[in-house]
Amino acid sequence: MKALSDAGIRVVAISVDKPEKTRVKMVQEAGYTFTFLSDPKLEAIRRYDLVHAEELASGRDIARPAEFLIDPDGSIRWRMVTENFSVRARAEHVLEAAKALP
Amino acid sequence: MKRLNWQIWAGFVLSLVAGLSYPFLFSEWEITRDYAWANLILFAIAMVLLILGLRRAFKPDKGIVSKIFSSLAAAFGLLLLAGLLFLVFVAFRWLPESAGAPQVGQKAPDFTLTDLNNKPVTLAQLLSEPINNQPPKAVLLIFYRGYW
Repeated sequence: MKALSDAGIRVVAISVDKPEKTRVKMVQEAGYTFTFLSDPKLEAIRRYDLVHAEELASGRDIARPAEFLIDPDGSIRWRMVTENFSVRARAEHVLEAAKALP
Repeated sequence: MKRLNWQIWAGFVLSLVAGLSYPFLFSEWEITRDYAWANLILFAIAMVLLILGLRRAFKPDKGIVSKIFSSLAAAFGLLLLAGLLFLVFVAFRWLPESAGAPQVGQKAPDFTLTDLNNKPVTLAQLLSEPINNQPPKAVLLIFYRGYW
């Protein structure tokens, strides 16, 4: 994650969790320092078509895992919308994609 | 003298290890999480041991008790293997379609969400506010499942 911010990439994590929950789970327990945004009403998640409705483990509508790299003009340069929970984007994939940025 | 059927025991214990180490251990690292090959190798060894143990237990000189116990152990090992295969090859892929998710080259849809301090933040702000005193080269959005 340090490599990403060194490369000038702002990492922003979005979930349906409320800020209090995120502060405990992601900041205090996991020690992550990037920007966290809370989307309990699934506004952004719906706009990006990433709603996982009535997810089995929670019974709630949550986000499915996905990553987007967006340039300063707002265009998507790279994305990963996984088809498998266990497979997620790795920092090196993102850095590779970021090399093509101006 | 009665000799211990070690193959069946070792096979049983190893299938326990192979089944439980994925959620509790190997999912920690990308290389063993993305594809559960480490657990499948452990299971392959466990299955060989269980088969050897079963063959030994079903020799004519062995009693009915050892036949029953070794069958149970082998069945339990198989059940654990089936559980892992189900988790990795079926359950992990239960994801809805996302055909409408924005594609590479498209404009990222804007949004306004609240940060950890309950302050509203827009995508435009994230794209322009400096990091390390320089304008950001890009923003990486990570949508994640969360803890609810």
